[in-house]
Amino acid sequence: MTLDQVKPGYGGIITAVGGEGALRHRLLDMGLTPKTHVMVRKVAPMGDPIELYLRSYVLTIRREDAAKIQLKEVSPV
Amino acid sequence: MSDLLALAGNQNCGKTTLFNCLTGSNQHVGNFPGVTVEKKEGPIKGHKDMILVDLPGIYSLSPYTSEEVVTRDFILKEHPKAVINIVDATNIERNLYLSLQLMELGIPMVIALNMMDEVRASGNSIDVELLSAHLGVPVIPISAGKNEGISDLLDAVTETVRHPKPPARMDFCRGEVHKAIHSIAHIIEDQAKTSGYPLRFAATKLVEGDELMIKALHLTSDQKHILNHMVENMEKALDMDREAALADMRYTFIEEICRDCVVKHRETREQVRSEKIDRLLTHKYLGIPIFLGIMLLIFWLTFSVLGAPLQDLLDNWIGVGTDWLEGVLVSAGTSEWVRSLLIDGVCAGVGSVLSFLPIIVLLFFFLSLLEDSGYMARVAFVMDKMLRKIGLSGRSFVPMLIGFGCSVPAIMATRTLSSDRDRKMTIVLTPFMSCSAKLPIYGMITMAFFPKQGGIVMFALYVLGMVVAILSGLLLKSTIFKGNPVPFVMELPSYRMPALRGVLMLMWEKAKDFIRKAFTIIFVAAIVIWFLQSFDWSLNWVEDSTDSILASIGSVIAPLFIPLGFDDWRASTALITGLTAKESVVSTLTVLTGAASDAQLSAVLHTIFTPVSSISFLAFTVLYMPCVAAFAATKRELGSLRAAVATAAYQTSVAYIAAFVIFQFGQLFFG
Ligand SMILES: Nc1nc2c(ncn2[C@@H]2O[C@H](COP(=O)(O)OP(=O)(O)OP(=O)(O)O)[C@@H](O)[C@H]2O)c(=O)[nH]1
Ligand SMILES: [Mg+2]
Repeated sequence: MTLDQVKPGYGGIITAVGGEGALRHRLLDMGLTPKTHVMVRKVAPMGDPIELYLRSYVLTIRREDAAKIQLKEVSPV
Repeated sequence: MSDLLALAGNQNCGKTTLFNCLTGSNQHVGNFPGVTVEKKEGPIKGHKDMILVDLPGIYSLSPYTSEEVVTRDFILKEHPKAVINIVDATNIERNLYLSLQLMELGIPMVIALNMMDEVRASGNSIDVELLSAHLGVPVIPISAGKNEGISDLLDAVTETVRHPKPPARMDFCRGEVHKAIHSIAHIIEDQAKTSGYPLRFAATKLVEGDELMIKALHLTSDQKHILNHMVENMEKALDMDREAALADMRYTFIEEICRDCVVKHRETREQVRSEKIDRLLTHKYLGIPIFLGIMLLIFWLTFSVLGAPLQDLLDNWIGVGTDWLEGVLVSAGTSEWVRSLLIDGVCAGVGSVLSFLPIIVLLFFFLSLLEDSGYMARVAFVMDKMLRKIGLSGRSFVPMLIGFGCSVPAIMATRTLSSDRDRKMTIVLTPFMSCSAKLPIYGMITMAFFPKQGGIVMFALYVLGMVVAILSGLLLKSTIFKGNPVPFVMELPSYRMPALRGVLMLMWEKAKDFIRKAFTIIFVAAIVIWFLQSFDWSLNWVEDSTDSILASIGSVIAPLFIPLGFDDWRASTALITGLTAKESVVSTLTVLTGAASDAQLSAVLHTIFTPVSSISFLAFTVLYMPCVAAFAATKRELGSLRAAVATAAYQTSVAYIAAFVIFQFGQLFFG
């Protein structure tokens, strides 16, 4: 499952981070690395971007970028 | 020789707070990632030989935005004696990610573990000694915001400067990554030395695939070949590409030491509280109405509830002061022209502007509350989708909000935007957000023409600015600034209580700036205007200012504005002096009308404008090119005079067209 399809309140473990270039580098730098647990906390009022919780902090990214992140073991947190 | 010390750390981890603490400065602090966009330096209090440099926040040494490049360049090229790395203890994993990279540089380093107050208050703890042993650098727990642990930090820093030694540990990797980094370090040793990069850092960057490093080291094709080969082997063995492999290597190491040193039972109180507050403030349906409500509330409080009475009060004092001065001048028997210069020139000109001091300070007060509380980051989150429609990202909203205060810091704030295209477009659009210096103009005109509907007219002017910015965005997006919208990756900090001291300091700074401006630029402009309107070309005193030097200059440009409905030379002159500072529009008109009271001023204004043309005049002032200070900022940020001139020309044309349309339609309906 990709991160953009995860419903608020659910989380899972990252298996792969796709995409390329500076953006991908940024996502990895921000701690979205394989084996990390990430939870979707919220969707912005207009449906995009989404709010994530990982490594004890809150990060926001857009859906289309979240679509590049693969998750496993998605379950309610 | 004094020693340079660099303050480095993630965005919003408290670098500037610590900088202010250590140097006694008053640099801008805010609860928003990316407040500092330029490096700032100052000597440490009590240690004049140590110069501290505050840097923009970065998340890694692979820079992403233009202000982040500043930091990487500073640390790599200016060779600071030591780095003070600030780590936000409430968010330790991601913060240590940068620390590991800084350690690879081999520069002596001290870690300041900040925000310990929040960690402690939530019942969590961090074993600082153990952390220090794992990392091989001194770690000092502090709370910059509460001024705790600062002297311990200072001791550790002085010690490090006196006996500098590189971090004891630079190796956090094992297995395949380790193999690759070490073999590569081996083959590039000489090149790293000649090019001046720390070897370990250079090797890691090569494994990571950093283009800048590959160029900087002038690798031979043989070396490139070996490099690629080793990286391929590593990727195959780990089943991960090079970038992910390195990020994974660092984070794995960090997770291990955190498991050892960090006792975390729960989220911090601030984090728990933030989640609750956000349930309301970024609510699916309520989020946007609440944002609009907050903005309306701010404007309402600033302009009417709090601002208006304060302004009246100040106006009275200025009136009393002017009368007193006139009395003194008369009894001293000064000549009429001296009285005219001081009363009709200086007092009228400067006074008309000065009374706006409370409103402007209030506006900055509320903007700083928005920023310090952490709400500004939420605004970016809520508005991102909308801004994407005009080709920008949520982050662009922040410079625009700051633009309601002043365009200069707003234009500078665009440095935190990650793409050049976003930056340029935001710089062009930001001045359409009506800045606080234009308030006196709206105040003067609405008082004369729409005393009852002042609030509505003012609100409409702000909306006009925003609508024009949106339309311009759409236009620019499909013409000059084509391209895909950039990604939006931003941390949302915890809500925090705004620090009273910081907010008060900011208000004081803004008040000082404004008063300084009133007594320099506007003062001089008022005198010049008074002079030009009191004399004719052969320097004879004129009774009627229509015979003056200014009138003859103003009359040359005045016809340009006939299609906009105001052809009086005084209006066009005011618009031009407005380029020095927007408040000058008011002081100029006041001086030129020679009015001694508000009633008189209104009467004269009615001879210059009709109600319809007063609106087109206002529309023009909202939109036309910003003042010289903002123009200079535009030039600096766009990096070219030509681009800045083009921007100003664009803004002025837009203003002309908008005012034209408003006047012509207004004529049809009300004319
Ligand atoms: N609770 C607490 N808050 C702090 C502490 N130090 C700083 N803050 C707050 O953290 C926020 C960020 O502080 P800044 O000093 O602006 O952070 P910065 O690292 O300079 O941020 P950028 O310039 O944006 O990279 C502000 O709201 C501060 O009031 C601290 O020790 N404890
Ligand atoms: Mg800062």
